[in-house]
Amino acid sequence: MSLDILQHYWWILIALLGGILVFLLFVQGGQSLLYTIGKTPEEKDLLTNSLGRKWEFTFTTLVVFGGAFFASFPLFYSSSFGGAYIVWMLILFSFVVQAVSYEYRRKPNNFLGQRTYEIFLIINGIAAPLLIGAAVATFFTGSPFKLNEMMQVTWMTPWRGLDALFVPTNYFLAFAVFFLARTLGCLFFINTINHAGIHLRCIKQLRWNAALFVVTLLTFLGIILCSKGYGITTGGQIARIPYKYFHNLLQMPVNTFILLLGVVAVLYGIIKSLRHPQWRKGIWFTGAGSILAVFSLFILVGFNHTSFYPSTADLQSSLTIYNASSSHFTLEAMSYVSLIIPFVVAYIWYAWRALTRKPISPEELRDGGHHY
Amino acid sequence: MMYEISSASLVEWARWQFAMTAIYHYMFVPLTLGLAFLIAVMETAWVRTGKEEWLRTTKFWMKLFGINFAIGIATGLILEFQFGSNWSNYSWFVGDIFGAPLAIEGLLAFFLEATFVAVMFFGWHKVSRRFHLLSTWMVFVGANISALWILVANAWMQNPVGMEFNPLTARNEMDDFWAVLLSPTSINKFFHTVTSAYTLSACFVVGVSTWFILKKKQFEMARRSILLASVFGILSILATIFTGDTSAQDIAKTQPMKFAAMEGLNRGGRNMELTVFGVLTDKADAPTPRMKETTMTIGLPGMLSFLAYRDTDAYIPGIQDILDGYTSETGQVYPSTRQRMENGKKAINALKNYKQAVDAQDKQTAHAALGTLKAHYRDFGYGYLQSEYESIPNVPLVFYSFRIMVGLGFLFVALFVVSWWYARKRKFEKFRFIPYVAITCVPLAYVASQCGWIVAEVGRQPWVVQDLMPTSAAVTRIASHWVVTTFWMFAVLFTVLLIAELKIMFTQIKKEAQ
Repeated sequence: MSLDILQHYWWILIALLGGILVFLLFVQGGQSLLYTIGKTPEEKDLLTNSLGRKWEFTFTTLVVFGGAFFASFPLFYSSSFGGAYIVWMLILFSFVVQAVSYEYRRKPNNFLGQRTYEIFLIINGIAAPLLIGAAVATFFTGSPFKLNEMMQVTWMTPWRGLDALFVPTNYFLAFAVFFLARTLGCLFFINTINHAGIHLRCIKQLRWNAALFVVTLLTFLGIILCSKGYGITTGGQIARIPYKYFHNLLQMPVNTFILLLGVVAVLYGIIKSLRHPQWRKGIWFTGAGSILAVFSLFILVGFNHTSFYPSTADLQSSLTIYNASSSHFTLEAMSYVSLIIPFVVAYIWYAWRALTRKPISPEELRDGGHHY
Repeated sequence: MMYEISSASLVEWARWQFAMTAIYHYMFVPLTLGLAFLIAVMETAWVRTGKEEWLRTTKFWMKLFGINFAIGIATGLILEFQFGSNWSNYSWFVGDIFGAPLAIEGLLAFFLEATFVAVMFFGWHKVSRRFHLLSTWMVFVGANISALWILVANAWMQNPVGMEFNPLTARNEMDDFWAVLLSPTSINKFFHTVTSAYTLSACFVVGVSTWFILKKKQFEMARRSILLASVFGILSILATIFTGDTSAQDIAKTQPMKFAAMEGLNRGGRNMELTVFGVLTDKADAPTPRMKETTMTIGLPGMLSFLAYRDTDAYIPGIQDILDGYTSETGQVYPSTRQRMENGKKAINALKNYKQAVDAQDKQTAHAALGTLKAHYRDFGYGYLQSEYESIPNVPLVFYSFRIMVGLGFLFVALFVVSWWYARKRKFEKFRFIPYVAITCVPLAYVASQCGWIVAEVGRQPWVVQDLMPTSAAVTRIASHWVVTTFWMFAVLFTVLLIAELKIMFTQIKKEAQ
């Protein structure tokens, strides 16, 4: 396979991982609703035990997402993680406190108390989707960095990534991801918990979180489709190109179809769940739709001679899938390894089904087994 | 400019941060690696025999495994991303090689662990016995595959093979995947690390189990656990000693300065003595305070040469020999460190000239610069050193850590033999000191484990990639106050979580005794 094909193939894998990661943020969305939906200790236990069987998937996907970027597009890994230092550290901090909270929350003599661990979960539930959303938004709006002749990054502001907060457009994607995570969290609870009170509150939360998600996402899409994007000119230079992302939509109809399919699936899952409260399968439609929609956004910003990590300080330092990738040998070697992905997906699916075949009920938490 | 070395305080803080997260992370990883195996064996015994005692034993150790596993995951996350956040220059310089094992680790190992650990904990009444057992084994397999890939990545930094430097992209690029995966350094590092982790786990199980015996609680569960862990521990520590020996042979060839530091050896020669015990003191006439004098020595004549090359007359270079230049036992000629620094500076300048010439489309200059770069690339990293003495690691730290690790290793051999006999013969009343020794060995196993990493990582300083990139050139250019801030942020957090972990763990053990 040519280097060009391998670079595109690996960007597709990154896009897929990005989509799966956003879908799995339902764990964070659910955590952010812990005190809103869980009113009694038993209800909180149901919520944490429902999410607690899945949190490691989100965590692992984040790690693999970082690892895959390191292996396939190491220049992004070194530029973004080394440059937008503070944002990534805050994201990591929120995941570290999450990782112990499920296991330690209800253990006797846990040093910090149950409430502290629950607050850790809420911090992660709010911070992670917002910060990840803002970080991904910079793929479209750019970041102030410069690369030298040794491809080493210099961040041009002292804010080390917090500068993303100075760009209003980034807020729309940050909040879109946040409200999507909460929407998915509600749908996940509806699917996995057998409890009337929780079900009722999930439906209520679903309504306004879904509405805010749609509004913020559409606003973000409207802004980026109408603004100048970062593309590669025929001379190989990076330039600001009017309506670049809109042109990408027109020039990549298959990807546009995937985006529309994703949006339809997301809306179908939400609307049907709201109209038929006893229907529990909304998470699968909205989840699959989220994966497709996020996947297509990554393709939109990476394919068709587009810079996926533009520099606002020095246009020619912008990263593309061509200048940021690993060598031909490494991409090819990694591609053979990637053939295992269907097998990984298959066993995850099997184990997931085995654990969630029967919704969690208060009775199950009293059976003396391992619970969070 | 990249060609200037970043300020010392930034490098030091970045190193402290990495050391701190690595030390915390490695407090939890070895127990996960070995305890997963013991739990899987216990559960297998339950599935095969149907005895409820095995199920209860499995569930107890699984509870402790879960407490340890959660914090291991939490501390590991920071390590992976720190390569990019604190060592971004390094990430680009070798990302083409180093990133691949990390990604494979995630894909092959982390998903396996994440998926099956959920089944292991929550699947008791949801999946069949056999599928549950398979899940437990998969957790063990996943954890150990994870160790394989991160250790392959680490071994490559100690002995970079299977790659070529691409001057156009200013990075090393992999050209032989199998050389990276199967280099002797990788194989030694993997087996030495995982078997030492199994040893720690065995110490943990023996120590906790003897505590039950001391308290006269859960006799049968404790006895079964001691028997199983002792056998596992004996096999593991013997394998650790064997792989430690092969590792030392590899280090003697690929990292002679580390080898000399492990021995505190200033002047080498043939028929060199292995220092079993010694005290390092400052040497008045030493050219640098980094070089120490070994006093009160107890040694084994010729043994160091024998261990390194299986020949008591083999030549072992000391620190001063390496600085002056020497010919190794295998006939390889190494110029003086000063000469290598000159060579490195030539290579760095040649790279700069090459890139400028390529941009200016000056083929002749580019060709000449490329020739110079290739001729001196082996010493590229030396070009960043300011003094030849920077190439000497912290000798006392490496010297003492090595001896503590080895000494404790032999103590564990005795521990496992005695604990096996103690449980087998049910000598619970007669030899009441044995539980105290076993319990003391639990923290000592952690000490040995950390000492091993100090030998490996401090011993290889100043290199982040042996001979090619010193730590000072690898660091991200960032205001040091950000690194200081995040250092304290994670230091406080990890300390708090460690306290929580220990309190929960002790409470669970006490609860079981009740």
